[in-house]
Amino acid sequence: MTTASKLGAGISAVVLASVAWSAMASDIGQVKVVKGPVTVERAGQVMPATVGMRVATADIVRTGVGASVGITMIDDTLLSAGPNSMLTLDRLDYEPSTRAGRLDASLGTGTLAVVSGRIAKQSPDAMTVRTPFAVLGVRGTEFVVSAHEPVLAAP
Amino acid sequence: MSRCSPLLERAVALLLVLLAGCATQSGTVVLLPERDGREAAVTVRQGEQSLVLDRAYAAAELTSAGPRAATASAADVEARFGGALAAQPMRPTAFTLYFVEQTDALTEASQRTLDAVLAEVARYPVPDVVVVGHTDLVGSDAFNDQLARKRAETVRQMLIARGVAPGNVVAVGRGKREPAVTTADGVAEPRNRRVEMVVR
Repeated sequence: MTTASKLGAGISAVVLASVAWSAMASDIGQVKVVKGPVTVERAGQVMPATVGMRVATADIVRTGVGASVGITMIDDTLLSAGPNSMLTLDRLDYEPSTRAGRLDASLGTGTLAVVSGRIAKQSPDAMTVRTPFAVLGVRGTEFVVSAHEPVLAAP
Repeated sequence: MSRCSPLLERAVALLLVLLAGCATQSGTVVLLPERDGREAAVTVRQGEQSLVLDRAYAAAELTSAGPRAATASAADVEARFGGALAAQPMRPTAFTLYFVEQTDALTEASQRTLDAVLAEVARYPVPDVVVVGHTDLVGSDAFNDQLARKRAETVRQMLIARGVAPGNVVAVGRGKREPAVTTADGVAEPRNRRVEMVVR
């Protein structure tokens, strides 16, 4: 084998590995609703969110003034964020045959509505939503959560 | 965006609170009514403190003194979370289609169900369909793996033929490994000859 062909084989192995990785990592959910300016940041690259776009682990979704976004995850969890929000899709592992897995998301700021899916139904400790101020453990349910800079609490 | 640093703002806010000797609030959690009567609960943890929300409109105010129990109203939720709720995607729908023994031909009843599936798919702006094929426990693993895949692929092709984008329909087969009804090996069972589909 020549050096060039070894190099070629090495490069295609790397390319194949990265294609396999991105196919896996980019299939944790799909953007279903986009209203107003919404972006997705992936590996430092910021792109506009579009309806039909697949989302990946570690994606950071941001909504602008008056904007909102709705995402359906592969375990049927529904996540939707209101205006001026930052939502990070930290982790989604899902085994469809057993419905077991783990789903972690973080709301950095803004508002989030959640309808939990199969992961939370299968195992009560398998889904969390974090804000900078609290950790929510989710058992099959629907809820809303907000996160903002601390302000004086109503008495 | 060109205001002073959020850290500084937060430090100032905390300092003000320390001086005033009362709590700050940095968010709210509200449990919503269940649409399908499932067990519902969210545990809110802040450091060592936790609060369980387990009835509709039970709420937790996230304060610097820990989660504080509260009750929200539908109007509060709409006022504060209307944007997020309006962006909620359509709920996923599940269907099961049944097949004639040893074949990838749908039973007559399931041919009618297929029409309902197609009508449902048409309601979604970006339908994403997962088709999982299964068999009963008659025959070898290898035979049933192939049959289960063929059943799923047949349904996938029917959806594509009716206009669903090929990239939005995934077909997989699970052979005889996940029967809907448990039977002994070798038993013919119509309820196990199926594809399970989710439209989302």
